[in-house]
Amino acid sequence: MILVVVEHDRGTMSPASWEALAAARKLGETHALTIGEAADGLVEEIGAFGATTVHQVHDNLLVDYGPELWGEVVAQAVTALNPTMVLTTGTDRGNEVMAHAAAILDLPMVANVVEFGDGGLVRVRWGGSLLERCTLEAPTHLVTIAHHAFAADESPTSATVTQLSVQLDPTLGRTVVRDRVERAAGVTLATAPVVVSGGRGVGSADGFAPLQELATALAGVVGCSRAVTNLGWRNHTDQVGQTGTRIAPDIYIACGISGAIQHWVGAMASKKILAINTDPEANMVTKADYAVIGDLHQVVPAITAEVRRRRG
Amino acid sequence: MRILVCVKRVPAPGARINIAADGQAIDTAFLGFTMSPHEECAVEEAVQLVEKHGGEATVLTLGPAEADEQLRYAASLGVANAVLLPITGPDWDPQRTAAAIAAAIAELEAADGVFDLILFGNESADSGGFQVGVRVAHALARPIVNGIKGIEVQGDVLVARREADVGVEVYEIPLPAVLGVKEGINLPRYPTLKGRLASKKVAVAQVVPDAEPGGQKMVTLMPAAEQVSATVILGTGPEAAAAVVDMLEEIGVLK
Ligand SMILES: Cc1cc2nc3c(=O)[nH]c(=O)nc-3n(C[C@H](O)[C@H](O)[C@H](O)COP(=O)(O)OP(=O)(O)OC[C@H]3O[C@@H](n4cnc5c(N)ncnc54)[C@H](O)[C@@H]3O)c2cc1C
Ligand SMILES: Nc1ncnc2c1ncn2[C@@H]1O[C@H](COP(=O)(O)O)[C@@H](O)[C@H]1O
Repeated sequence: MILVVVEHDRGTMSPASWEALAAARKLGETHALTIGEAADGLVEEIGAFGATTVHQVHDNLLVDYGPELWGEVVAQAVTALNPTMVLTTGTDRGNEVMAHAAAILDLPMVANVVEFGDGGLVRVRWGGSLLERCTLEAPTHLVTIAHHAFAADESPTSATVTQLSVQLDPTLGRTVVRDRVERAAGVTLATAPVVVSGGRGVGSADGFAPLQELATALAGVVGCSRAVTNLGWRNHTDQVGQTGTRIAPDIYIACGISGAIQHWVGAMASKKILAINTDPEANMVTKADYAVIGDLHQVVPAITAEVRRRRG
Repeated sequence: MRILVCVKRVPAPGARINIAADGQAIDTAFLGFTMSPHEECAVEEAVQLVEKHGGEATVLTLGPAEADEQLRYAASLGVANAVLLPITGPDWDPQRTAAAIAAAIAELEAADGVFDLILFGNESADSGGFQVGVRVAHALARPIVNGIKGIEVQGDVLVARREADVGVEVYEIPLPAVLGVKEGINLPRYPTLKGRLASKKVAVAQVVPDAEPGGQKMVTLMPAAEQVSATVILGTGPEAAAAVVDMLEEIGVLK
């Protein structure tokens, strides 16, 4: 049996969890584990992805997310249910919870798997720039799957609900979320349909003003490279890449960015990429769908002017 | 405060990653080495916390003798002490790495007292296992939260912030504690000349690591599928603007 740890936030299931359930179902009989009463309403949604049993865990300590408590619950579920594999999302929470369970059980854990094959698991390294085939020697395989690597296709069943009782040490409540500051609604870098990004080639913090104008004209947002955040020209929240934000816009306009692999990996899910660069040999240019060779300080305002002209 | 930061020496590939002929490592023939940006920020955070609250920071790595370079880089930013757990040959797996680091920390703490705070990167740049810090925290029976982008010390409690889809989560964690931090928590400084000179004089302590291999074994590295697209050059200079906007209309971005 494969046990999927359902990632949810106060009862709202993450789309990555759908992928985990669908991926698990193709490997064998799938059960789901939901942590906290808030997730009790998820049974139908879980069944839609083919899990046959939902194990619900209730405890007064499980009112909100807490990595130590969630990891402890998963560890106790492994001991009680003896699954061959535990699968969850390769997200901040998923990877964290699985690491806690792995540490408690002293079992290996493989993060961000993209393929289950005969020769072993394939996982991503370098944020997706490189793959690794690995094998696991363990009675229970603890695995997280990379986001977007598996289709979240449905296969409706009506899942049976059971309760799993756990014994939790109240001191673990020390890492439960104490407070949260909700984000203001609006487009974020991760979800924007258009991203206009600048790199070292922009030359200064002020140099981003024309990029902001183009982004506004296209109802998009501004992004940047790590060179730019390191220079203090933009906030890290704008950074695209391995250690920044992964984006997937309809079009990514990369201005004065060389296209280092760690930047590319954050941008490669874009539907189309336009590179604007003085160097026709730059990696960003040779990998992009479209390119303009030239000085961004001239090209970007010209594009904005043309957009405005046609829109009237 | 006594603060420990754990960093990992990794190659710094540029436009692409080349795999060595045996498939076991990255071809580093023409590459420099660095640490993850998350870990650079962990070092900076340690230095800032010491500047604010007093005490001393220490940097630790498990790696080849050449990792001396990353330890001294941290020292050049203001970290006072450096510890190397030397290994030869391929990287150790995460379980083994964590066990060795936890044992070394126990040894360091037995000699000089408990670290109030131990900082890790959220994930290593190369392997990205998302686990070494968590395993070390469990071995030391201390709390850990990952993904931290803000730290404030209030007496013997840490107020730590992390970004989630819904907004910012706030944690209040009793010291001693362990945190995995993310880039963006601060803007790391560059080493000064004075710092660089001082870092040359830092004595790097060595703790010989000893731990059993874990259950995850790497078989081979493989290139990620490359998107090959023949780039369409829309033009040169500002005259290309019309062709760009044609394209934006064609793909439906501009209606
Ligand atoms: C572990 C690790 C993680 C990393 N994570 C990230 C990450 O998340 N995001 C990220 O971006 N980087 C990341 N990096 C850094 C990355 O390797 C590069 O250093 C960085 O992306 C370079 O930024 P850049 O392209 O702006 O600068 P450069 O590489 O200096 O490129 C500048 C480009 O601008 C062009 N240019 C100059 N002037 C003009 C002009 N007037 N008009 C048009 N073009 C011009 C040049 O031809 C050049 O191509 C990471 C590195 C490591 C080791
Ligand atoms: N060899 C190592 N030496 C010191 N610290 C390490 C080592 N490997 C991993 N770490 C630390 O553990 C964090 C998580 O690593 P990982 O589990 O590989 O993603 C890294 O960001 C480092 O802070």
